[in-house]
Amino acid sequence: MDFSDTPAEAAFRAEARAWLEANQPTEDELSGLDGLEQARLWQKRKFDAGWACIRWPKEYGGRGASAIEQVIWNQEEARTGTTFGVFGIGQGMAAPTLMAWATEEQKLEHLPPLASGEHIWCQLFSEPAGGSDLAALRTNAVKDGDEWVINGQKIWTTGAHFSDYAILVLRTDPNVPKHKGLTYFFLDMKSPGIEVKPIKQISGDSGFNEVYFTDVRVSDAQRLGAVGQGWQVALTTLMNERAAIGAGGGGAGFRQLFDLATRVQIDDRPAIEDRSVRAKLANWYVQEAGLRYTGYRSLTALSRGELPGPENSIGKYVGAAKGQDMASFAMDLLAMSGAITDPEFADAAGLFQDAYMGAPGGRIAGGTDEIMLNILAERVLGLPQDVRVDKGIPFSDVPTGAS
Amino acid sequence: MNFEFSDEQNLLREQAAGFLGDNCPPSAVRAILEGDAPFDADLWKQIAELGWTATTIPEAHGGLGLSYLELCVIAEELGRAVAPVPYSSSVYLATEALLLAGSDAQKEAWLPKLAEGKAIGTFALSEGPGQPSPRALATRSAGGRLTGSKLPVADGDVADFAVVVAGSDAGDGASLHLIPLDGDGVARRTVETLDPTRSHAKLDFDGADAEPLGADGEGWALTQRLLDRAAVLFAWEQVGGSNAALEQAKAYAMERYTFGRPIAGHQAIKHKLANIYVKNTLARSNCYYGAWALSTDASELPVAAATARVAAIQAYYFASKENIQTHGGMGFTWEFDCQFHYRRAKLLSVNIGSEGVWQDRLIAAIENDRAA
Ligand SMILES: Cc1cc2nc3c(=O)[nH]c(=O)nc-3n(C[C@H](O)[C@H](O)[C@H](O)COP(=O)(O)OP(=O)(O)OC[C@H]3O[C@@H](n4cnc5c(N)ncnc54)[C@H](O)[C@@H]3O)c2cc1C
Repeated sequence: MDFSDTPAEAAFRAEARAWLEANQPTEDELSGLDGLEQARLWQKRKFDAGWACIRWPKEYGGRGASAIEQVIWNQEEARTGTTFGVFGIGQGMAAPTLMAWATEEQKLEHLPPLASGEHIWCQLFSEPAGGSDLAALRTNAVKDGDEWVINGQKIWTTGAHFSDYAILVLRTDPNVPKHKGLTYFFLDMKSPGIEVKPIKQISGDSGFNEVYFTDVRVSDAQRLGAVGQGWQVALTTLMNERAAIGAGGGGAGFRQLFDLATRVQIDDRPAIEDRSVRAKLANWYVQEAGLRYTGYRSLTALSRGELPGPENSIGKYVGAAKGQDMASFAMDLLAMSGAITDPEFADAAGLFQDAYMGAPGGRIAGGTDEIMLNILAERVLGLPQDVRVDKGIPFSDVPTGAS
Repeated sequence: MNFEFSDEQNLLREQAAGFLGDNCPPSAVRAILEGDAPFDADLWKQIAELGWTATTIPEAHGGLGLSYLELCVIAEELGRAVAPVPYSSSVYLATEALLLAGSDAQKEAWLPKLAEGKAIGTFALSEGPGQPSPRALATRSAGGRLTGSKLPVADGDVADFAVVVAGSDAGDGASLHLIPLDGDGVARRTVETLDPTRSHAKLDFDGADAEPLGADGEGWALTQRLLDRAAVLFAWEQVGGSNAALEQAKAYAMERYTFGRPIAGHQAIKHKLANIYVKNTLARSNCYYGAWALSTDASELPVAAATARVAAIQAYYFASKENIQTHGGMGFTWEFDCQFHYRRAKLLSVNIGSEGVWQDRLIAAIENDRAA
């Protein structure tokens, strides 16, 4: 066990740091660009210099770096603070699924533009009747020659409005038990018959969408895995999703809260001197550190070629609730000003208020807290599955709510 | 970077787990809980024969000269077994104090005996309710004689010597003293505690022979260093206990039926056990970092130790109480072993300063790093 760099790792860190420092986008370069354009500019710059998706093999647009080098790169990139979330679904979930299930030709075609930021992908999994119970999804695909014809509706699709491609799971056989009748595809979001409608979130933003399918045609060549094997392929995506969400630090973490506690006063003294404030901060630091080192430990497993396992659900489960509680506490520290979101007056440009309004989504997206606990209980601890009244019966006979 | 124990260390873990499974089963813990013996002397002897008491003592002083990673592995297994032996007092505290501050003569006098398990040492800081501080220490030394009382002192009734923290007018307000406990001017009596599987005593000194350990006026700084180092090892014991409590809860939940199925199938129980697993995993990961910082004496040790300690205190407390809850009425009986963990969890959590103390130390260590 060694948490310090070997000479080779130190050299890699120095190289990464030097590149990051020399290549930060300037204010000038970023001004006038929207968030998406800014993210693309940075991603392309990394890609051109061989610093995008560094663990991927070179022929797919990566650098062929090791898991440890990825840790070092993440630490250094976090240090400079230049990270954008829009590529997370494509690079963190679609790409590992393509790597595991696509043909070599497809990988060579689709992975490099994912790495460069040219293509953005979204995840068309959830449906009105299939969220936690994802395998209850109904959007169907019917085979027609070399193509499939898709009809139905997806919901909660983050980034669908600016995505180029999507990964999706569809029902190809309603007459078998629900997990067995699913098939996995990827498709071009500009395919005729796709309609994207934004959904307004509690924050007022519209990060996710409803996506309607009317006779959308997708080639059978864009199927990943066998017909009926969609659930298994989806698990590749979901495991990577939780690992990816868990790894993300977010902007309103311990450091920001610690700084706030040195800035605001309680009883005429910096809040950080208050014992109860210290106790809470310590608890969050301990969680944040615990998640970080749990991530490192699982990377060591990944570097031996193991796949991300169900234990990665911890990161997302703990991280999301922690973020919510920290944001709420930060607003308490701001006392009567805590509720201010007006950019002219809000502390730290409303960082904690934004985090507070975004946090409930974190506890739902990618599998709810309750589903994470079920996964840990069943797949890590080996406890019995919940009683399921839909088990073993054809999907078409499963009882549903009035919808 | 590499975030795993080595193959040799994992082998040691397997051997330790196997040995304790055979030689420290729950019945052995119960024998100490219910009997008069202060600790399991047979087990202690075997542990010493295996060299566990010699782990980090340099070879020049009769030890094995292994790294602290090996010691962490042993600590975890002893914690898992809820072993009723004076290991933490003698190894994490007394041995460490000698290694940190002992003169060559003191090391020569005590380390070989500690390595062999022939001598048991302990560390005496607390003087009754409340958090000790140099200003509050009533124990004092003058002219090589020590006077005052220490309460509670883990293994104070069985130890051969104690490292005693006394108040001082010099430097940081404290000094350490090495006091043989069989000499004149030392009275000791056993004090009952929440966890009878680990014995405790009140030590009264009335002009006892006191050899200084380290410089006068540096005792408080030494104590803090010692506690940082011990905190990592205590945390590993706690993580071991915490995982054992989870295994106990899980085993019971799988075999106990209500409403026609194992209680392990009810979501409230599943989620409870998953939450124990989550806390245990975070604590274990923090302990990895602590183990590394301890083994390399890294400048990160104060942060790493406090992080591991806070996480481990919380994890073990949670696991031990929810283990009882999972057992229903059975868990509340004397006959069931759930009490071992509930007792030990709290004992380990107060032994070298409780949750609030370590939360505060953690933030203080972070503040120090920022100021640096
Ligand atoms: C911000 C955000 C972004 C998202 N982005 C995407 C995306 O890009 N692509 C995509 O496909 N989906 C996305 N989702 C959808 C997300 O995966 C689902 O919302 C989630 O899986 C929950 O499904 P649901 O909304 O249908 O809730 P439901 O499944 O109806 O759950 C409602 C409540 O019941 C509980 N519950 C349900 N089943 C159980 C059970 N078996 N045991 C215990 N409790 C249970 C849940 O925990 C929850 O509290 C996103 C969601 C959010 C909030």
